Amino acid sequence: MEGLLNFLTGVAVVLIAMVLVSVRRSHIRVEYSVSWLGAALTLLVLSRLHPVLVYLAGLLGIGQPPLALLTLVGCLFLLVLFRLSVIISALKDANIAMAQRVAILEYHLRALHEEIQTRG
Amino acid sequence: MTAATGPGSLLIVIPAFNEQEAIGQVVREIRETTPGVPVLVIDDCSVDDTAALARAAGAEVLSLPHHLGLGGAVQAGYKLAFELGYEHVIRMDGDGQHDPRYIPKILETLRTSSCQMVIGSRYIDGGEEHTSFARGLGVRFFRLVLRPILGQQVRDPTSGFVGVNREALSVFSRSFPLEYPEIETLVVLQRRAFRFVEVPCRMRRRLGGRSTITAVKSLYYIAHVLLGVFVNVLKYERKHKKR
Repeated sequence: MEGLLNFLTGVAVVLIAMVLVSVRRSHIRVEYSVSWLGAALTLLVLSRLHPVLVYLAGLLGIGQPPLALLTLVGCLFLLVLFRLSVIISALKDANIAMAQRVAILEYHLRALHEEIQTRG
Repeated sequence: MTAATGPGSLLIVIPAFNEQEAIGQVVREIRETTPGVPVLVIDDCSVDDTAALARAAGAEVLSLPHHLGLGGAVQAGYKLAFELGYEHVIRMDGDGQHDPRYIPKILETLRTSSCQMVIGSRYIDGGEEHTSFARGLGVRFFRLVLRPILGQQVRDPTSGFVGVNREALSVFSRSFPLEYPEIETLVVLQRRAFRFVEVPCRMRRRLGGRSTITAVKSLYYIAHVLLGVFVNVLKYERKHKKR
């Protein structure tokens, strides 16, 4: 199981690096990077702190500490994904409202343009 | 199209996505049947000549900058109609399934009844001959689901041939189901104590194009609409409790 913990540490490090690079290149906004960084740091810390992991595994009633880590981190990432779904839904609503507004304004502009041409 | 001309003004709204095979004929038929009534086609970012053909046939066109889906397109039409001051709006499909000869009957019912919405129903007086078996099954299923929620029977909950008055327009221009809106719309109205009535209509075959609801999508449709219905019911409950 030590191999699994090392692998998870590697995943955490790669995830942190990816998030930081993405923020630096403006591929991801800072406010959306926070939850990913939080989840990745939790994974990194827990995968290196065996006593804490053993304690948490005992609380959860899971015999293998690495499995407890996977369970915890899985839940954490589910929360991150849920939060992103909420954000995406709000953005979609805003996007639809904006597209409708643009279409209506374009419609009024076209009508005004035609009216001016008719008068002129 | 200008602002509404006075009390009782009517606008025909047609959401259309890649309907170039039918849209011209649909608009012409409406203009022949109801001369002087403005027709607004909401082009949901079609990649064919829908917008141009609709304009050529005499309709006004509201062009959406990107594809919003049926609910988004219909709501855009409702928003514009509300802003322009229209009292009544009748929504029709752009594929020719809805016969414009029923427009006067829907309008008359809107004006004379105290209902906020009138549905053109193919299941009164046997107008369902061009309805697929799968759709028929779905309709029966949703009748059963909606009966206890609405407190009245709705025979054709999936009909897109719908007339609304300004009260309903006011609600829909602010809040409207975005995907597969027909059934959810009934719940939205019912939650606001609005009323609807059905009038018999005969549906026709599509003049062109294909339905966007495939066999696989129909399963997604059922799940999506069921969820939408119950979410709307829950929304009401929460609001009710807060009072």
